[in-house]
Amino acid sequence: MTRFLATRAGIWTGFAAAALVLFGAAPLLLSGFRLGLFAQFLCYAIVAVGIGLAWGRGGMLTLGQGVFFGMGAYLMAMHMKMADAEFRNGPGSVPDFMELAGIRELPAYWAPFSSPAFTIAAILIVPTAFAVLLGFAVFKRRVKGAYFAILSQALAGAFAILLIGQQSMGGFNGLSRFRYFFGYNLDDPVNQQMLYFIAAGVLLVVVAVALQLRRSRYGELLVAVRDAEERVRFLGYDAANIKVVAYATAALFASVAGAIFVPVVGIISPASIGIVPSIMFILGVAIGGRASLVGPVVGALAVAAAQTALSEQFPSAWTYAQGLLFIVVIALLPGGIASIAAATKRFRKEPATAEATA
Amino acid sequence: MDLLVGQVFTGLSTGSILLLAALGLSLTFGQMGVINMAHGEFIMAGCYTAYVTQQLVGDAGASLLIALPVGFLVGGAMGLILEAVLIRHLYHRPLDTLLVTFGVGLVLQQVARDVFGAPAVNVTVPEALRGGVDLLGTTVPKTRLFILALAVVAVTAVTLVLRFTPAGRRIRAVVGNRDLAETAGISSRAVDAGTFFIGSGLAGVAGVALTLIGSTSPTTGQSYLVDAFLVVVAGGMGRIKGAVVAAVALGTFQAVFETYSTASLAKVGVFIVIVVFLQLRPQGLFTLRTRSLA
Amino acid sequence: MSTTALTCKNIEVDFDGFKAVNGVDLTLDRGEVHFLIGPNGAGKTTLVDAITGLARYTGSVTKDTAGKGAVELRGKKVHHIARAGIGRTFQTATVFENLTVAQNLDIAAGAGRSPWTLLRRRAHLPANVTAVIEQIGLHEHADTPAGILAHGQKQWLEIGMLLVGDADVLLLDEPIAGMGADERETTGRLLHDIAATRAVAVVEHDMDFMRAFASRVTVLHAGTVLAAGTVDDVSNDPRVQEVYLGTTHTESDMEPADAATA
Repeated sequence: MTRFLATRAGIWTGFAAAALVLFGAAPLLLSGFRLGLFAQFLCYAIVAVGIGLAWGRGGMLTLGQGVFFGMGAYLMAMHMKMADAEFRNGPGSVPDFMELAGIRELPAYWAPFSSPAFTIAAILIVPTAFAVLLGFAVFKRRVKGAYFAILSQALAGAFAILLIGQQSMGGFNGLSRFRYFFGYNLDDPVNQQMLYFIAAGVLLVVVAVALQLRRSRYGELLVAVRDAEERVRFLGYDAANIKVVAYATAALFASVAGAIFVPVVGIISPASIGIVPSIMFILGVAIGGRASLVGPVVGALAVAAAQTALSEQFPSAWTYAQGLLFIVVIALLPGGIASIAAATKRFRKEPATAEATA
Repeated sequence: MDLLVGQVFTGLSTGSILLLAALGLSLTFGQMGVINMAHGEFIMAGCYTAYVTQQLVGDAGASLLIALPVGFLVGGAMGLILEAVLIRHLYHRPLDTLLVTFGVGLVLQQVARDVFGAPAVNVTVPEALRGGVDLLGTTVPKTRLFILALAVVAVTAVTLVLRFTPAGRRIRAVVGNRDLAETAGISSRAVDAGTFFIGSGLAGVAGVALTLIGSTSPTTGQSYLVDAFLVVVAGGMGRIKGAVVAAVALGTFQAVFETYSTASLAKVGVFIVIVVFLQLRPQGLFTLRTRSLA
Repeated sequence: MSTTALTCKNIEVDFDGFKAVNGVDLTLDRGEVHFLIGPNGAGKTTLVDAITGLARYTGSVTKDTAGKGAVELRGKKVHHIARAGIGRTFQTATVFENLTVAQNLDIAAGAGRSPWTLLRRRAHLPANVTAVIEQIGLHEHADTPAGILAHGQKQWLEIGMLLVGDADVLLLDEPIAGMGADERETTGRLLHDIAATRAVAVVEHDMDFMRAFASRVTVLHAGTVLAAGTVDDVSNDPRVQEVYLGTTHTESDMEPADAATA
């Protein structure tokens, strides 16, 4: 089974099955409300695929993915607030939350976001470029391991605090109450379903990109850098460039996920992108299997579903469960669920593959 | 002149708070390479130790004097348990240690929430530490002076212990060369446990002190943790001297930056300064240059 | 063909006041297996670190490159020095344990690949990789993860990685550490084969191995060159005997006392 999935036919079969579930079964079986929740989970899964690439394959423990998620989300939210304001009061008018905060003039940096094309370009380019810049600054100087993890975490903290301080970005409350998504009324169930389909489609694309990166020579190189960075340097590669590619790809995935998250959920605030939410992105990836392709997706979906089911009714128990999951999974099962599958495969005496847990 | 004195003092004060929170870390992270995300919760445990002691003793001054050593023991004991149960088995997986101890932190926060409730609690400041002292034309709160003094005492004590006691020499031997120290008959296991006890105990002391300037909630420790880690990163692994200089520098920078902009921009400013600083000195302020391992 | 590939002049490495390497001159010629020996702390590995850009130094290291003449390497980054044709191995074999032998070699062969090539799958192994797998005797293990290779095989793989990377100067740090007699013999012959067109420098403690395979020997002591020349030249040098034994002894005793701990 696992061996079949590694072949070309197996990959197409896998994608076809996933598409059948996402586009066929799920919309049939789930009510509108639940489908919306599922779309939200899919956004977390998109972030998780990027973390799997950067952390599982590249060894970079990115504790600040909330920053890139937040960038995508806020950029999209800015466009939607602009569009709402223009719809109500005509071009150049101020979004509703600014009126409440007493801001009469539209800040200059808001103006370009009335353009959908500009917004989409910004969502794709801004977080990626930021990750490339930061990545070069950090990796060229060989800041790695724990140092990198702490820096990325500090970045998440600083970013959330920065947003809280900006009244023109919604401050502590963030941005919410959106009506239109590129002209589509968000109250219409059909459009809600369309958002779900966008999330599902993006997830499949993101998984395909990650798969290609893993199977390419670059993917082998990335694992080499993870396991012995100095050695790669002595073979004539600039290891920083290799790491930056994976880090920026993960940032791009997170940004796109954030951009879809906003119309699906209807709110983005500093509380969902700071230090704690950023590290929570890691949990699903760790449970599913950081170095595997599908593991992070499954883990992220499972954690999000459990959170939704338990956190309202049993907030205390859910926090304990989260803490214990971190402890038990990372300490005892560093390869996640995916490593159980790999272990049973080895048990059946098939050739062992080089699946790493480092 | 007054403004300058005021800013210098605010910087020193912020720096001393950072330093108290970071000192234990510079032992466990700096000397042992263990990233203990539950360190913040050990600080929080120190805060609640001060709170509980005051409930039991009543008198604010006496309870503070009792809580300081008790906080050290509470933090130390928690560190000792954490080291023995989890961290010891993860020494070769530093990034995993980070995530596991984050989980421990989550659990400890929830324990605090279940025991003491989510709302913040306050500790009464002793009469002797209320009000301010006139210093070169500005008024300086006594609580801040106390914390500054406590930070000086703690750094001095740690330095003396490391330098002049047999236990301290063992710690430095293990940090310098673990294998060699073992062949010399030093039990690195005992040393690790001891280092962790002291480092975590310092977190407890920091927690007790921090109740003088702020209220205590289950997430109190978390708010200090990232800044404390940045201090150790900027100061350089394993150098107490580095942590002191970095804490004061970051504290002053933050204080000055806040005066001319906002607290939130100051946080971003600190982050940028550290990234730029690491361009110049990727290993932190103070490092030993040796034949590097590939 | 004995042309000079690498010239080191007056190398000094300073570790906070301690001069680990103190004014060393060294030339490595193509066609020779050049042994660097000396007691622990003599500065052998530090010298290799300096040449490969890992340790800072003063002095000059120039690489003779076809068509470009002598290129100064000091101040260049590690990966640029590697691209200039300087390859090294480490005391403990460092291979990518989670990747197969073929993947290890393919990566080592690919430092000049374009992003486009990197982002696609490998259709087939490059010809030089296939040839080197044969040469280092690992053709039966092409698809074995490098992590489960025997110790000696890892050392060979590491040498092979330098070969596919077209290294012109190979700096090998204790390539036979922990090998059995047969493996040493094989390694020695491999070194001679590859030295035919390249310059090979070997940091080693094993005197028998040195006697059997060295074309030239440089003895380091306390960061300086104590003696240089053929095996016979240095074996008969009284200063070398003194450093190794404290007093003068016969040649056969020339095993350093600390070889076992290296």
